[in-house]
Amino acid sequence: MTNHWGDLKNADTILVMGCNPASNHPISMRWIMKAKQRGGKLICVDPRFTQTAAVADLYAPIRSGTDIAFLGGMINYILERNLFFKDYVVQYTDAPFLVHPDFKMPGDLDGVFSGYNEKDTKYDRKTWAYQLDEKGVPRKDPTLKDPNCVFHLLKKHYSRYTLDTVTRITGTPKDKCEAVYSAIGSTGKPDRVATGCYAMGWTQHTVGVQNIRAFTIIQLLLGNMGLAGGGVNALRGEGNVQGSTDHGLLFHIWTGYNPTPTASVSTLKEYNEKFTPTAKEPKSVNWWGNRPKYIASYLKAIYGDNATKENDFGYALLPKLDDGMNASWLALFARMYRDQFEGFFAWGMNPACSSPGAGKVREALGKLKWMVNVNLYDNETASFWRGPGMKPEQIQTEVFLLPCCSSIEKEGSISNSSRLVQWRYKAIEPVGRSMPDAEILNELYFRVKKLYEKEKGAFPDPILKLTWDYGEKDRNGKIKHLDIHKVAMEINGYYQEDVYDKTVNPPKLIGRKGDLVPNFVSLRNDGSTSSGNWLYCGSYTLKDGKPVNMMARRGKEDPTGLGLHPNWAWAWPLNRRIIYNRASVDPNGNPWDPNRAVIRWKPANTVTGAPARWEGDIPDGPAPPLAEKDGKLPFIMKPLGVGTIFGAGLGDGPFPEHYEPLESPVVSNPMSKKHRVNPTIPMARLQAMAKDPSFLFSFDYERYPIVATTYRVSEHWQTGVMTRHLPWLLEMQPQMFIEMSLELAAEKGIRNGDTVAVTSARGELSGVAIVTDRFRSFKVMDTTIHQVGMPWCFGWQYPADGSGGDSANLLIPFMGDPNTLIPESKAFMVNIRKIAGQRSAMQNERGQS
Amino acid sequence: MIARKSFFIDTTKCTGCRGCQAACKQWNQNPATKTRQQGMYQNPPDLSTATFKLVRFSSGTGPSGDPEWYFFPDQCRHCIYPPCKMAADEKAPGSVILDVQTRAVIYDPAVKVSPEAFKAIRAICPFDIPRYDEKSGRMAKCTMCVDRVSEGMLPACVKTCPTGAMQFGDRGTIRKMAEERLDEVRKIYGRASLVVPEAVRVIFLLKDYPEKYYEYAATEDVRGITRKTALKQLLHPFAAVEEWIG
Repeated sequence: MTNHWGDLKNADTILVMGCNPASNHPISMRWIMKAKQRGGKLICVDPRFTQTAAVADLYAPIRSGTDIAFLGGMINYILERNLFFKDYVVQYTDAPFLVHPDFKMPGDLDGVFSGYNEKDTKYDRKTWAYQLDEKGVPRKDPTLKDPNCVFHLLKKHYSRYTLDTVTRITGTPKDKCEAVYSAIGSTGKPDRVATGCYAMGWTQHTVGVQNIRAFTIIQLLLGNMGLAGGGVNALRGEGNVQGSTDHGLLFHIWTGYNPTPTASVSTLKEYNEKFTPTAKEPKSVNWWGNRPKYIASYLKAIYGDNATKENDFGYALLPKLDDGMNASWLALFARMYRDQFEGFFAWGMNPACSSPGAGKVREALGKLKWMVNVNLYDNETASFWRGPGMKPEQIQTEVFLLPCCSSIEKEGSISNSSRLVQWRYKAIEPVGRSMPDAEILNELYFRVKKLYEKEKGAFPDPILKLTWDYGEKDRNGKIKHLDIHKVAMEINGYYQEDVYDKTVNPPKLIGRKGDLVPNFVSLRNDGSTSSGNWLYCGSYTLKDGKPVNMMARRGKEDPTGLGLHPNWAWAWPLNRRIIYNRASVDPNGNPWDPNRAVIRWKPANTVTGAPARWEGDIPDGPAPPLAEKDGKLPFIMKPLGVGTIFGAGLGDGPFPEHYEPLESPVVSNPMSKKHRVNPTIPMARLQAMAKDPSFLFSFDYERYPIVATTYRVSEHWQTGVMTRHLPWLLEMQPQMFIEMSLELAAEKGIRNGDTVAVTSARGELSGVAIVTDRFRSFKVMDTTIHQVGMPWCFGWQYPADGSGGDSANLLIPFMGDPNTLIPESKAFMVNIRKIAGQRSAMQNERGQS
Repeated sequence: MIARKSFFIDTTKCTGCRGCQAACKQWNQNPATKTRQQGMYQNPPDLSTATFKLVRFSSGTGPSGDPEWYFFPDQCRHCIYPPCKMAADEKAPGSVILDVQTRAVIYDPAVKVSPEAFKAIRAICPFDIPRYDEKSGRMAKCTMCVDRVSEGMLPACVKTCPTGAMQFGDRGTIRKMAEERLDEVRKIYGRASLVVPEAVRVIFLLKDYPEKYYEYAATEDVRGITRKTALKQLLHPFAAVEEWIG
């Protein structure tokens, strides 16, 4: 989240699209209800009438996978009616910047931007660039009239997204569409703010990144970034998934969102040169210019005294990707399926149910020599070999199940969607012989280390040279029990030597060797500081010479009245509660909306002598506001200091363009005759490579004419491993179900409560039909399109009698977004048929479910 | 002394998350029952001696043609003059008692009730709340968490509710809260109403006709003479006096 959960209460308009907070983030509704109580409006755009829709002020249906068409129409609506926030757009975004004169858009080039190479389905992004002046700064037209300026190009691009075209694609009734556009468009004024919430309904598409970009453009146009009650807010699907990405669990980033290098980036110098942006714009802070300090400190945290200036701080020891290698989920499981892995750690996950193409994943697990499953329960992954259709006698995979503690049996931090890092205490002793994950890692580490010591191996140093200073050692040098506070302190970082301020005479001691570093501004690139994650620097600091766990703070003060609660736990970065908050003030530092002042510039007081300073939330950098001497632009993480409407960094276009999902009932894309789906997906190549192309995706609309999507329910968490074992939750949601409209049910002869089979090109599963008014057919391109939906929380293993059903992910295409390779789970094609009559389906007094 | 208590259940803030339903089971250590998916989210299908709180789901098409989905967190209303107690005093004396401090209506698990007596007790309840275990001969329903309330805690369902749909407190405060919220909600939903606030300690706010939520959401339902009589008893002449006492 750019903002935070509690901040939802400050919004005038809340767009919930691509998520269903009432079911999946129930506590967020506390803040949404508070916004409503203040007169705020909740808008829900969703293929189905969800629990969120049930309490929304406005609901608009949309066919799955057409969000860019819907949002593109919104951009067009805002621009046509001049609803955008002009002062903000001109000063804080790249709207006035001039783009390369040869840049062309899908309207000119039948569905693609300039630079498209059909053969390798990639873009040469040469023309996706700003025109630079002699100093290397983009040329601008603050009047926004130049035909090559971003604003003008944006307007031209989205002029194709008329209400008629858009609604023919999305299936949204025109009046609903306009009502949503008007409600969001009304927040382009300084004293009106809209926020947007999204989750997997936006990300799990072949245009996932562009879905979010489209809304980001809207928020920049309306001046809603940085303001209380504004922002673009990703509702994270797991309690600590924010922490997992912060700490580098994804393949393409190290901790603190520093890129993972490939093998050809062989020295630290090359790394820093390649990944550290420079800014010619004098008013840009260009925060990522500090990257070399964060990387040096990271390497010092990992290799300690073994990291020296002479050996590049151990840069060569850190694992790197092969050049051109993709190590995303889909790529890894494809390789496992092709017999390219010997072993696999499934740590706190259940890929046999959570992965797209789950059926093939189950087969892939059978090609391993060994698998370690760390979990609270046995699950469909650990027991894959005895699952449906498996022949245990033919499976050689040796499976180890390591029982780990649940969250309440251990101590540690948890980072939620608000970037709020809260310390959590152990409530009960671990059950049985289960251990906290960190203890399991500790045991594993010392055993692996011992093997390397004994047997050497190809490359032992990355393990042998690690610092592992997390508690008391036994006589063999092994850490007896891992002290999680020591881990938290290492993440924060230490001074590795006495550090002096040499600008004064005599030099003044800033930090003593072994002291905790106060914040990331103190980090250095010379090896004198360490920090496991620069973003978390400041989370465990010294106060009066004693370490203080900032994450354990529980102060309830609310000085701004906006619910920032600065003394409750700690938020990265630097305890900032709303990021990009410098955009919430005008160039003089006065809040655009004084009633929702996140920060405010207080000029120097000539009487008391108090210096000029920021008041309120921790600002995005201490520099004065833009109009002051040495003033800086607000978007400090962007090299040019402004919000980028023109997203030249992505692989599939600087502006979002509507393409159909890979599997879609629309044979011809009305936006482009030539390119039905995202043109950067190498479909022909993939189809040629795959043994079973329909596993990836299928265009057999005759067999699979119905749009399908998947979702979660309040009662079950992810694949349900934790919740299906809880009888009270299973009682409420006991079984797989498939929801469908009355029209479709009538067409198929299905009654509420019947058992039905859902089939896709990947597989088949059965469940109970819920025939409901909450699903409706769509009028798309003058044709009636049906859509069904189902949850993905069930699995064959538990409930033990098999009555739960199996995972909806058995049906999902094994394909995803070209930027991230997140799978397209939210729009695919199926067919349904009745397999058994109802067993006294329950009907309420309204005759419907 | 604990002042006499009431609930306010604002269904316009209920999102059907069912936290209350699970919390009720957890606090009362009521077992889960084996259920099946029966073509709707509501599960278990009905209240029982193991389910004191049940979110009822009701969907359909509204007058504008848009879908509607209503959530009704059903539970005992803890009537001020409980008809079930009147029937029980006659047919199964001692089985229904009023908690002296909170005025919660309590079914005494120590008192056995005959099937015939239970039939009469259930029939007279305007909200169809009483449930009966034939094996043990005991009745059961919501207890207002008197064991929690007497220790200064909120009822488990109220404590759990994330959206503020469920409130609990001294009766005067709650009634005022309900009236004020009704005024707010009426500005948007003209049909909004409180369900017999003068007669019950669990006051529901509904934005639409009660029958759209559930058959027994309100008392207007005509099921038989006994219930009509019960309704009259709910509006006891001394109700106003009782209200004034607190």
